[in-house]
Amino acid sequence: MSSTDISIHPDVHHAHEEHDHHHDQNFLEKYIFSQDHKVIAKQFLFAGIFWAFVGGFLSILFRLQLGWPEATFTFLEPILGGWIENGKLNPEFYLAMVTMHGTIMVFFVLTAGLSGTFANFLIPLQIGARDMASGFMNMLSFWVFFLSSVVMFMSLFLDTGPAGGGWTVYPPLSALPQAIQGSGTGMTMWLISMALFIVSQLLAGVNYITTIINLRTKGMSMTKLPLTVWALFFTAILGLLSFPVLFSAALLLIFDRSFGTSFYLSDIYIAGEALTNTGGSPILFQHLFWFLGHPEVYIVILPAFGLVSEVIATNSRKPIFGYRAMIGSMIGIAILSFVVWAHHMFVTGMNPFLGSVFMFLTLIIAVPSAVKVFNWIATLWRGNIRFSTGMLFAIGFVSLFISGGLTGIILGNSALDIQLHDTYFVVAHFHLVMGAAAFFGMFCGVYHWFPKMFGRMMDEKLGSVHFWMTFISVYLVFMPMHYIGIAGFPRRYYNWTGFETFNIFTDMNTFISLAAIIGFSAQFIFLFNFIYSIFKGRRATQNPWHANTLEWTTPVLPGHGNWPGEIPTVYRWPYDYSKPGASEDFIPQNVPFSQTQSSNLPSERDLE
Amino acid sequence: MIMVDNRIESNPTSSGVHPLKFSLWLIIISIIMMFAAFTSAYIVRREEGNWLEFELPTILLINTVIIVLSSVTMQWAYVSAKKDNLSSIKLGLILTSVLGAAFLIGQWNGWAELVQNNIYFGGSTSNPSGSFLYVLTGVHGFHLITGLVFVLITLVSSLKYKVHSKNLLRIQLCTVYWHFLGGLWLYLYIFLRINH
Ligand code: HEM
Ligand SMILES: [Cu+2]
Repeated sequence: MSSTDISIHPDVHHAHEEHDHHHDQNFLEKYIFSQDHKVIAKQFLFAGIFWAFVGGFLSILFRLQLGWPEATFTFLEPILGGWIENGKLNPEFYLAMVTMHGTIMVFFVLTAGLSGTFANFLIPLQIGARDMASGFMNMLSFWVFFLSSVVMFMSLFLDTGPAGGGWTVYPPLSALPQAIQGSGTGMTMWLISMALFIVSQLLAGVNYITTIINLRTKGMSMTKLPLTVWALFFTAILGLLSFPVLFSAALLLIFDRSFGTSFYLSDIYIAGEALTNTGGSPILFQHLFWFLGHPEVYIVILPAFGLVSEVIATNSRKPIFGYRAMIGSMIGIAILSFVVWAHHMFVTGMNPFLGSVFMFLTLIIAVPSAVKVFNWIATLWRGNIRFSTGMLFAIGFVSLFISGGLTGIILGNSALDIQLHDTYFVVAHFHLVMGAAAFFGMFCGVYHWFPKMFGRMMDEKLGSVHFWMTFISVYLVFMPMHYIGIAGFPRRYYNWTGFETFNIFTDMNTFISLAAIIGFSAQFIFLFNFIYSIFKGRRATQNPWHANTLEWTTPVLPGHGNWPGEIPTVYRWPYDYSKPGASEDFIPQNVPFSQTQSSNLPSERDLE
Repeated sequence: MIMVDNRIESNPTSSGVHPLKFSLWLIIISIIMMFAAFTSAYIVRREEGNWLEFELPTILLINTVIIVLSSVTMQWAYVSAKKDNLSSIKLGLILTSVLGAAFLIGQWNGWAELVQNNIYFGGSTSNPSGSFLYVLTGVHGFHLITGLVFVLITLVSSLKYKVHSKNLLRIQLCTVYWHFLGGLWLYLYIFLRINH
């Protein structure tokens, strides 16, 4: 608390009229412990990309096991060492990899990497602020995240392996080291890392909300905000309300593991021996976890909503269809996301009546989701579409979100979920709607805002190769998973060749694994393009996409403080594309109506 | 750093509230969510049965009175700051920190009383009903320590004559946080009384 209220004395501020009169920064202050939101955004981006490759690599390892269950993996020994026993992957290590893959992707890449990058980068630039409300808290948020990353990364190299109880870390499995090796030190480090992660997210979220509410430039009313900012605003609110609950859940789990309490444990026999814990309830953990867990999936997808809305409008050269409906549906989704958590628990033996209440609420979410999809398509409809790589990924996002959303409606039916729960159908659902879609949102954002971040353009040819390879392999990986899921193929099984029913799916699994390997390889094209373009890319102009939002009014490479002179004043909403009568097909937000008399609508005449 | 905050000072913000105050409210909301999770977990768990009922430590009532008093002294310090009554600011803050420390010691004694009555936090004889009481008081106590640190920081700056009617922000934030911690305890105490 107290560490954040830095320099609250008004008596010093007349000394700094101009913001550029900043004392010279050394390397450390400028690039490492920077308080500049743009640098912090890049730090989150680099960390996110690093984690994405770690998480992706793990998934390739376990896809090898699933695709070729009878193969010997001696060639992996140099990397995995003791985890390969006589050419076979250690089953507990398989579980640990699945756990770490989920944790890394959901939290480190698609929460910290996605929100961390774009909230930090875009909020001040798009609302017309010189920086975040508290640069110090912002820097702290990154470094706490970094610490959390270090702890999680180190746990990968433990002798007993990292946490192995699934990304949802359900007790009793996660609470009892006797049950599985990963529930020993690995789980302890998982909990420490996640506790730090939550602190980092809260610091960041408090900052984002404060900045959006308090630091908008003149004229930037809430209804003139770009949809990106709205989306990031809701994301931060969801995080602020749900992460503390995960913290509570984790704290109780820590007590159960290390202090002998019984919040989640009761009447357990391990290897014929009874544990002394009585009175706990593992279902309690599931309630607490999913109270975070479901909003968390929207924390992941909302930023992508925002980025995609912006990129689609800009590259269709059309105003976004239903601006207010877009905001309204995000409010609806945000509120509903807090009252549907038990759809993850339909088969825990909960009261069937309660199940149908949650089923009802869950299915309602489809309505605002469909509104958004409809609006994106309507924006694209008859647009003057420019297929930049960012736009390709935005359209890909819409496609994936529809495919994955449809299966959500199936899973939301508590009766159907009895068959589908914990099968590959669920895996396919959430990878399409959350995993792949959010990744596409992130790629869309990186390709689109790269010129603002690094002053250069990414290569469009490599970009579209990257897009098509990724897009096709995502569908090739996840579509077949629906089929084996409907057949009852369970998730998180190390080996299924012993089951008569599932043997017939060997070819399908090999196919999926091949597609996954192709998809993962395509990411190296992105990595090359990204790094190459930072240094050697074509130099960007100030507003390469002819976009309306404020970030494109800054210099090509904005310095500390973003605008060298005064912050621009805002006069109009951000979606004046192809306005009839205008001389160009875009009118930036800082152009007053008095300069655009030929295109003003009757209602805008008084604003001239 | 200084630069960033000056900027905030010099431009009136779009909401009219000081950003730090706004941030504090957001932090308070996240703390509320944490306790909402604990107390709803408490209720859900209690409904399931196998719940050991026991008497709350009697000292909790005394502690409740102490923390309410500390809110009064804190408010007094704040009002004095508005009126530039420098000596009462200091006295108010000192009283607040003494009462805050007394509350913490009282809570500690409450734990001792629980242990005497064989209500343990963990171990083979513990029941979630007792463990929950430790968690609620413990996590609240932790936040109270952060509040106490904040009061002490404010006290130090008041000793340097940096808290007065033209420089209210710090003591304002401190007061809000302290009242919140008091209110949080009142909620927890009433909650425990009702659900026992
Ligand atoms: C139309 C809207 C949606 C509905 C009705 C829906 C419904 C469901 C249901 C019922 C489940 C539980 C399945 C089971 O475990 O048996 C589920 C799982 C999941 N959903 Fe959705 N969903 C929707 C959209 C989304 C979105 C937008 C995301 C993320 C951005 C998402 C992410 C997930 C994840 C991560 C899981 C699996 C968690 C796990 O068990 O590991 N869903 N969904
Ligand atoms: Cu859900």
